[in-house]
Amino acid sequence: MSLFDWFADRRKNAPLVRSSQEASEDDGLWSKCPECALVVYRKDLLANASVCGNCGHHHRIDAATRIALIADPGSFEPLDLELSPTDPLGFKDRRGYADRIRDTQQSTGLKDAVSTGICRIEGLPLAIGAMDFCFMGGSMGSVVGEKLTRLIETATAQGLPVLIVCASGGARMQEGMLSLMQMAKISGALERHRQAELLYIPLLTHPTTGGVTASFAMLGDLILAEPKALIGFAGRRVIEQTLREKLPDGFQTAEYLQDHGFVDFIIARPKLKATLAGLLRLHGVRPRVAAGAVSTVAA
Amino acid sequence: MARRPLLEFEKPLVELEEQIEQIRQLAKDSEVDVSQQLHQLETLAARRRVEIFSSLSPAQKIQVARHPQRPSTLDYIQVLTDEWYELHGDRCGSDDQALVCGIGRIGDQSVVLLGQQKGRDTKENVARNFGMASPGGYRKAMRLMDHADRFRLPIISFIDTPGAYAGVLAEELGQGEAIAVNLREMFRLRVPIIATVIGEGGSGGALGIGVADRLLMFEHSVYTVASPEACASILWRDASKAPVAAEALKITAADLLGLGLIDAVLPEPSGGNHWAPLQAAETLRVALLGQLADLQQRSEGELMDQRYAKFRRMGQFLDQGVLTGASCPPGLLP
Repeated sequence: MSLFDWFADRRKNAPLVRSSQEASEDDGLWSKCPECALVVYRKDLLANASVCGNCGHHHRIDAATRIALIADPGSFEPLDLELSPTDPLGFKDRRGYADRIRDTQQSTGLKDAVSTGICRIEGLPLAIGAMDFCFMGGSMGSVVGEKLTRLIETATAQGLPVLIVCASGGARMQEGMLSLMQMAKISGALERHRQAELLYIPLLTHPTTGGVTASFAMLGDLILAEPKALIGFAGRRVIEQTLREKLPDGFQTAEYLQDHGFVDFIIARPKLKATLAGLLRLHGVRPRVAAGAVSTVAA
Repeated sequence: MARRPLLEFEKPLVELEEQIEQIRQLAKDSEVDVSQQLHQLETLAARRRVEIFSSLSPAQKIQVARHPQRPSTLDYIQVLTDEWYELHGDRCGSDDQALVCGIGRIGDQSVVLLGQQKGRDTKENVARNFGMASPGGYRKAMRLMDHADRFRLPIISFIDTPGAYAGVLAEELGQGEAIAVNLREMFRLRVPIIATVIGEGGSGGALGIGVADRLLMFEHSVYTVASPEACASILWRDASKAPVAAEALKITAADLLGLGLIDAVLPEPSGGNHWAPLQAAETLRVALLGQLADLQQRSEGELMDQRYAKFRRMGQFLDQGVLTGASCPPGLLP
């Protein structure tokens, strides 16, 4: 037996689930569930849309992974890739905002906290925006506001439904009031989309809070959420300080919001794509006829 | 005329006032002519007041903006209107005391007026929840803005809140949803909307009645994306850095005018609005009527398009390396 064969043999026989003491949290091949501490083979986790097969915990995924889960393969056409933040206030806390942007862009390979574009889902056209929590907590500054506004405007012009996958701590403080005004800007674009009688669905994922909750996250014709996602306007610590009392069980979870009438339903990620496509069909969204096909019919 | 509670930087002014008062008493008792000294001291006091109030730091402006004697929404409404009926309730089971709404008349112009209401003392503040509105407040405001739209009445909004209320019940009733709906629906209204920050503009709670054709700010008001206290504890991990955060966040009327986010700064009487409330109200009346006359020349379609375009421009970013956005400081635009 060659050394290679020995390794291959060993891999074949290795259990796919290891005890948690053996593995560090994310060593590339293996992933540990932060909820139930089960360590699973990474490929298995990805095959299950990054949802723990044991406890159902929805692991955080980035915007690219999210779009790949929803869009038909090869159908995603990104918009406004070249939009990048500046430092309009010359903001400096413990570090300068300009430095923070540069480092975060380098470490994430992203320009800012949202990816937008047009895709197809089971053949149906969809304008999609997905936020990246790993980029400064998914915070909303000028770039997030501008990209989402442009996406919604494009959708209105082309008669497309919009899906925005929310994951954000709220407005980006480093851009001050410019960030706050993005809430109004996006809401204004949504009003025009609504006037055109087009469908808008936000999907609320962990976490959706602050200025995002108080604008486009709560403006859906239908509002969907992922299981156990934290969704709220004010932070838990702020509320605890205000009230000086313990918060109710399950406070500000997706389930809690559904119970109180602010979420239409909760959808597990493996069923997301089929559910979204089903909803689009129910609302009369039809596959786009290619320009060539139209001319054939006309001829 | 010492006013309590006194702001730290107002102390020299009050000391001068006391000196002037003492000399007056002295003159009355001894019949010595002190008009010369009095005149000197009064000139000095006026000069010191202008000096102090023209160089307030952002943190000091927050203190002025939060001053318990600063004129409130109902104070302005009382002075501005010739007729006024407060209207209550969101028709969903609540009437928020922190956000007051009503219908009234300024001169011969019928208007809907609304705004957050703070209290002067602890008892009033408890009743008004310190000007922090609940979802019912935003829904009441929306109901009456819809009413204004239906009867073609201009909307005059006064912003004065530390923020929307953060509590368990507010979350259960959908604080985020209530504000979000207002942001969207205010773009649909066919009537002129003028919002004025009369004290503090606290984040989403302020914006929830602030999507306007014209946004005005009193000179010493502030408008913030997050309270400097919260910002300091999150970004600096140290709440005592609030004054530094206040400086960095660019929250003053002058800063926001420079960023293209507000339309006009209303000058305050020397010493701030609480030193001469009637003068402040007159400034506001002239400004509101002027803006209103201008807006009423536009068609409904123009009004809505221009409101959309106004917010559409807000923001600053690089598009393919080129600095873009209306909020660029002059000179930086390519």
